[in-house]
Amino acid sequence: MSWLLFLEQSLNGLQFGLMLFLLAAGLTLVFGIMDLINLAHGSLYMVGAYLAATLTRATGSFLLALPLSIAATAILGMLLEVAVLRHLYRRDHLSQVLATFALILIANETTRAIWGVQSLSLNVPQALSGSVQVLPGVAYPAYRLLIIGVGAAVAALLYVLVAHTRVGMLVRAGASNREMATAMGTNIGWLFTAVFGAGAALCALAGALLGPLLAVQPGMGENILILAFVVVVIGGIGSIRGALVGAVLVGLADTFGRAFIPLALKHVLSTSLADAAGPSLAAISIYLIMVVVLFWKPQGLFPARG
Amino acid sequence: MAALLRRHAWPLAALALAVVFPVVARSFGQDFYVGFASRILIMALFASSLNLLVGVGGMVSLGHAAFYGAGAYVVGIASVEWPAGLGAQALAVWPLAMAASGALALAIGAISLRTRGVYFIMITLAFAQMIYYVFVSLKAYGGDDGLSLAKRSALPGLDLGSDAAFYYTVLAIFAAVLVALSRLGASRFGAALRGIKDNEARMESLGFPTYRFKLAAFTIGGALAGLSGALMANQNAFVSPNMMHWEQSGVALVMVILGGLGRLWGGFAGAALYLALEELLSGVTGHWQIVLGAILLLVVFFAPRGIAGLFPGKP
Amino acid sequence: MNRHLLETDGLTKRFGGLVATDGVSLGIRRRETHALIGPNGAGKTTLIAQLSGALAPDRGSVRFDGRDVTRLTAHERAALGFARSFQVTSVFRGLSVLDNVALAVQARSGSSFRFWKPVREERPIFEAAGSVLRELGMEDMAERAAQSLSHGEHRQLELALALATRPQLLLLDEPMAGMGLEESARMVALIDRLKPEYTILLVEHDMDAVFRLADRISVMVSGRVIATGAAEEIRANDEVRSAYLGEEDAPA
Repeated sequence: MSWLLFLEQSLNGLQFGLMLFLLAAGLTLVFGIMDLINLAHGSLYMVGAYLAATLTRATGSFLLALPLSIAATAILGMLLEVAVLRHLYRRDHLSQVLATFALILIANETTRAIWGVQSLSLNVPQALSGSVQVLPGVAYPAYRLLIIGVGAAVAALLYVLVAHTRVGMLVRAGASNREMATAMGTNIGWLFTAVFGAGAALCALAGALLGPLLAVQPGMGENILILAFVVVVIGGIGSIRGALVGAVLVGLADTFGRAFIPLALKHVLSTSLADAAGPSLAAISIYLIMVVVLFWKPQGLFPARG
Repeated sequence: MAALLRRHAWPLAALALAVVFPVVARSFGQDFYVGFASRILIMALFASSLNLLVGVGGMVSLGHAAFYGAGAYVVGIASVEWPAGLGAQALAVWPLAMAASGALALAIGAISLRTRGVYFIMITLAFAQMIYYVFVSLKAYGGDDGLSLAKRSALPGLDLGSDAAFYYTVLAIFAAVLVALSRLGASRFGAALRGIKDNEARMESLGFPTYRFKLAAFTIGGALAGLSGALMANQNAFVSPNMMHWEQSGVALVMVILGGLGRLWGGFAGAALYLALEELLSGVTGHWQIVLGAILLLVVFFAPRGIAGLFPGKP
Repeated sequence: MNRHLLETDGLTKRFGGLVATDGVSLGIRRRETHALIGPNGAGKTTLIAQLSGALAPDRGSVRFDGRDVTRLTAHERAALGFARSFQVTSVFRGLSVLDNVALAVQARSGSSFRFWKPVREERPIFEAAGSVLRELGMEDMAERAAQSLSHGEHRQLELALALATRPQLLLLDEPMAGMGLEESARMVALIDRLKPEYTILLVEHDMDAVFRLADRISVMVSGRVIATGAAEEIRANDEVRSAYLGEEDAPA
C-alpha cells in the first residue's frame, strides 16, 4: 500500500468529513437548542442537490446556481420550521420521529413526482474538472480540493460566528441550557427559525457540492442523514466543535474503511468474499465507533450541555 | 360462561368475522384479498410487538425491523440449507426464528438499554443498520437481491401453499399472541412496564430493577417480531435485507401511532389502516406516499392517540 | 447491634467545579427522627440522592445496618428497606392514586416477573394500598387521577408511595414544600405519628416543624455538615446561628 494511496484517501476522507460537518453542524444545533430530532434534515440536503442540478441546467452556470439553491433551500427550511417543526419542540421524541419521518415520505415522493426516479446528472464545473499538484508529482482532483477549501472556510466562519458574536453567544447559551434560553425572552422564536434556516443552507451547500460526486436521486438524504446523526452523537449534542471533530473522524473512518478493509480482507479471505464483505464491514465500523464512544463518553466527545 | 362471552363480545365478533372472511372473499371472487388479509395480520403482529416496547414500555426503538428481518432470514436460510428435512418444517423453523431473534434482541437490548432518550434511538438504529449490512454482504444468501423460498414451510396435515390454509394459520397465531399480550398487559409485569414508562426514577426508588424489566420486554418484543418475520417470509416466499432497513422500522412505528400507542388492538388497527391506505391510495396515484405523509402528520398533531384512542377503555 | 441504622463516611460529590457534598460523615440512629437543615444549595438533596442510591458518590461510603451499601443501586437499597420521598413531586401521573400506591406495594410483594395473572385480581396488594391511604387520610382520593391532584395532595401521595413499601428508613426531602399552613400542620401531625415506627431523615426548611419533630438536627452549609446535635444545642450554636438561623427568634 503506497503512501500515495494513503494521502489520496486521507484527502478524500477529509473532504467527505467536511461535507458531513456541514450537515452535522445544523443538526447538532437544532438538537442542542430546540431538542428536536429532525429526521428530515437529509431531505434538505436532497433539495439542495436537486435545485443545484436543475438551476445549473437552467442557467448554464454552477457558480450561479450554487448561491440560488442555497438561498431557496434556506427559505424552504425556515418555512418548514414555522409551519410544522416549531410545534414539535415541546413534544416527545416519538412524535418528533414520526412527524419528521412523514416529512421524509412527502419530500422523497414529491421529488419523484417532479423529477422522476432516475438520478439527475450534475457535472463538475468545467473549470474545476482538472487536477492540481498538491505535492510535487502528486495530482489530486481540483474539484475535491475546492470542497475541502469551502468546507474548511465554512467551519472557520461558523467558529467565528458562534464564539465571537452576540448571536453566537445566544446560540451557545441555548445549546447548553435550553430552559434558560427560552426564559431569556419572547424573541427566541426568531433565533430558532434563523438557526434552522442556517442549518438548511449548510445542507444545501453540502448537497450542491457533493452532487457531482454522488448520485442525485430520491432518498439520497437518508444514508447521509444517519451518518450525520452518528457524527452528532459522537461529537456531543449541541457542540459545533464536536461536530467538526466527529465529522472528520467519521469521514476518514468511512473512506479508509471502504478503501482498505476490502484490501486487508483479501489477505485472509477469497477475493469475492472480500469484495462482498468489505463495504459492509466499512459501514459497520462507523456504527461500532459510535457504540464505543458512547460507552466511553456517554455524552459524546464535547458535550455542550452541562 | 355467558358473562365471559359478554365481556369479550367485540373481540369474539371480530374473530368470527375473520374466520368467515376467506369464505366470503371466495364467494365474491376476490381470492387476492385472502393473501392481503394475511399480510395485515402478519404486520399487525409485527406492530404489536413494537407496541409492547414503545407503547407500554416507553422505549422508542428505530431498530425493531432487525428482529423482523432476522426471523425472516432464519426461515429463508433454513429452507436453502435443509430443504428436505427440518428446514422445511414450520414446527422446527418458526420457533427457531423466534429463538434467534429473541436472542439477538437480548444481546442488542443488553447494550442499548444502558442508554436513554435519543442515544437509545441512535444505538438501536445503529445495530439494525449493522445487521442490515451484514445481510447485504451475504452473497451466499442473495445479498442485496434477496432470497427466494421454493415453497412455504410445511405444517403436518395442512398445505400452507394454499392461501386460505395459510391465512387460518396466521389468524390462529395472531389470536393466540393477542391473548398472551392481553394477559401480559394486565399482569404485574405489564404494570411494572407502564410504571417505568411513566416515571422510571420513581420505579427504581421503589425497588423495581427497571433495567431487567425493559430488557425482558425488549427481548419478548424481538422474539415476536421474529415470528412475524418468519410468517412474512412464508407469505411472500421471499426475504431481503430491506426487511431490516431502518425505514421498515419507521413504517412499524407509523403503524403503532396510527393504531394507538399502548393499546392492545393498536398494532392491528394500525397495520390494517396502513395497508388499506397503501392499497387504496396506490390505486389512485403513484405518489400515494405524499398522502400517507400528510395523514401521518395530521395524526401526530391532532390524533396522537391513533384509532384505538377513539375508543375509551383501558390499554 | 449497631446504634446507627445509617452511617456515611466522607461522602463527596462534585459536579464540574462545584463540590455539592464535601466529606459528609453522618450517623442516623435507629428509630430517631433526624432533621437536616441548611440554606438552599447546601447540598441536602444531593446528599439524599447519594444515600438512596440514585447518585454515586465520588468518594466516601454509606453503611446501612452495619453493611456497606455504597455500591448498591437504588432498587437494591429499596429492597433492604430504604424509601425516599422527592423534593419535586415524582409520582405516576398516568395512574389513579390507588394504582400509584398499589404499584409501590407491588414492589415489595415478591417478583413482578409474572406475566399471566391480572394484577387487579391480587386483592392483598390493593387492600394494603387501601390501608396506606387510610393511614394518611387519603382514602377519598383513591380513584382520582394522579395528575388531577392539587399540590398539597401531590405531597401526600409522595409520602404515601414512600410508606407503601413498608421501609425501615425514610428519607424525606422537604415533604412540606410549597404547602400552606393548614396542610403543613397536618403533614407534621402525620410524620409525628410515624416517628415511633420508622427511622427518619427529614430535610426541611420549616423550622417549626423541624423543632417539633426532630430528635437530633444536622446543619449543612456549602456541602459540609457544620453541626450535629439535639435541638437546643443547635439553637445555641454560634456557627449555626450566623450561617443559617441568622436573626430568627427561637420558637417559644
